Amino acid sequence: MSEPLLEVKDLVKHFTLNGDLVSRIAGKTQTVKAVDGVSFYIHQGETLGLVGESGCGKSTTGRLITRLIEPTAGDINLRGEDMLAFSPKRMRETRKDVQLVFQDPYSSLNPRKTIMDILSRPLEVHNLADNWHEKRERVLELLNLVGMGSEHIDRYPHEFSGGQRQRIAIARALSVTPDLVIGDEPVSALDVSIQAQILNLLRELQAKFSLTYLFIAHDLAVIRHISDRVAVMYVGKIVESGPVETIFNEPLHPYTKALLAAVPEADPKKPPPRLTLEGEVATPIDPPPGCRLNGRCPLATSICGEVEPPLLEVATNHQVACHNL
Amino acid sequence: MSEPVLELDNLSVQFNLKRGVLRAIDSVSFSVDKGETFGLVGESGSGKSVTARTIMRLIPQPPGEIASGTVRFQGRDLYEMSDDEIREIRGQNIAMVFQEPMNALNPVFTVGSQIGDALRTNMGMSKLEARERTIEMLQLVGIPSPSARIDNYVHEFSGGMRQRVMLAMALSCDPTFLIADEPTTALDVTIQAVILELITSMIERFDMSLLFITHNLGVVAHACDKIGVMYASHLVEMGTKDEIFANPQHPYTKGLLRSIPRLDVQEKFLTPIDGTVCNMMDPPRGCKFNPRCSEAMDICREQIPEFRELAPGHFAACHLHDQPTV
Repeated sequence: MSEPLLEVKDLVKHFTLNGDLVSRIAGKTQTVKAVDGVSFYIHQGETLGLVGESGCGKSTTGRLITRLIEPTAGDINLRGEDMLAFSPKRMRETRKDVQLVFQDPYSSLNPRKTIMDILSRPLEVHNLADNWHEKRERVLELLNLVGMGSEHIDRYPHEFSGGQRQRIAIARALSVTPDLVIGDEPVSALDVSIQAQILNLLRELQAKFSLTYLFIAHDLAVIRHISDRVAVMYVGKIVESGPVETIFNEPLHPYTKALLAAVPEADPKKPPPRLTLEGEVATPIDPPPGCRLNGRCPLATSICGEVEPPLLEVATNHQVACHNL
Repeated sequence: MSEPVLELDNLSVQFNLKRGVLRAIDSVSFSVDKGETFGLVGESGSGKSVTARTIMRLIPQPPGEIASGTVRFQGRDLYEMSDDEIREIRGQNIAMVFQEPMNALNPVFTVGSQIGDALRTNMGMSKLEARERTIEMLQLVGIPSPSARIDNYVHEFSGGMRQRVMLAMALSCDPTFLIADEPTTALDVTIQAVILELITSMIERFDMSLLFITHNLGVVAHACDKIGVMYASHLVEMGTKDEIFANPQHPYTKGLLRSIPRLDVQEKFLTPIDGTVCNMMDPPRGCKFNPRCSEAMDICREQIPEFRELAPGHFAACHLHDQPTV
């Protein structure tokens, strides 16, 4: 089998709270284990859906892959090469290959720049156009790709709706012809009917440009729709991963099952949302030993409070981290 | 038949701004009966939140203005009441739960003092009585160790817990009517399920009526008896939950239902509604949905359609249902 485009191994990001000298002496220092040993891969042309609730570390994972923040430990391999060993020059080049689309279309576009400015800047940074005319043409091309027109090019972000701004953000990501696009909740802030438009657009663009997507979201129906494979995160760890049909039809991990049971489906004939987990989401700050779901899990046994379950392959391409399956 | 608990009749609310007049709600009529849960559904700009605030008399006038219509609670016109009378209604009879509990609850007072304040003001309780009742309420909504947490500040609670606190505050004065404006939108899906179940059980337990405002059709499918769909300031369709989902009559409702990704099946492409919602400062002539409607006719671009009853209890505002002229 061909090598994956992106491979992430045992990726860790810990943040220190109260790390100053006085606090450390007083024993007040805490560690937020935002991403705590995450491994996955994505093949060229594939979409991996990374799903989890707030605080699970999915957004941090997205930022780590683009090296917007540096990992505490672990490997990030792009086309088999160790991305963390890249020189600053090489990393700069790589920014053309890996792009990020953010959640909030209202804060990700500079309000003081026109659409022309916003979309031509990446071209300038990476020397992708020689003169103003080339830039202008390319920007128009990009706007067309995302379903917008020449009448939009000299306007400012505030003149557009959320959906349109997100299209501009997508156009910006595409301007450097990336291989991997990381969407960090790219449709969560949009109205339902607009979400559908943007999801379709993303699918179209993927087919057209053989893009690879890491799609981060908390909405399970959206993840179901757009993903080929899915990884479920909980408090810094991947608890289950596999092909989308497997995860949705035959989930094994108690947390995955709880997530699926809790989603209210837009059909009164379907069962209402159910709670299958007690308590609140565990904290990533200095977590206790053992499995993160211990304390809420209906299957928990004594080992769950002592040893962290490893992510193991239980069926072809289906991995789960649980002691009791 | 007993009269409805809440009745909106031809209500229109506009905002008189420097740059023009913004009509936020236009001729909206609906009612909620005792013990009923009414889901008001719509996307951004539909006017659903303004509707909730209008009912509670929370719209500042100016720049807001009730251009027409009435809001009646238990038969009484809320806008005919004095400030004292409406203050009594708010908190004691009608309570409201908002989307962002961090913004709705006061960060500089403890949770206990805020709920206690409402109890002392509205129910005339003593400090001690109020404290006891507050602990009771916190227990009821599932806050662990309520006698300890009563003295915590809002920031010491998680999102889901804050929403429970808000619910406790809303329910503390035994209201007969609860308005919940996107109460679970900011919450994770597992916490959402908990809060929804809590709201439903409280409604049943205290025999309350509920107006549930949301953009999430999944939530109304399970939490509401009746549904009203709003688009660009108009109520475009209304009916029982089963009718709306099984037999939607308005093209917007149909489009909305079709555009939602399903949990049980992966479709290659979704069926979105084309275009975007109109500029409410300069809306199109006729039906405001017409630029996006696949079934638009000439009359749609000229006349705003009437909100009429198509079948018992099922209303829609669409020219597709106009009687042919003889």
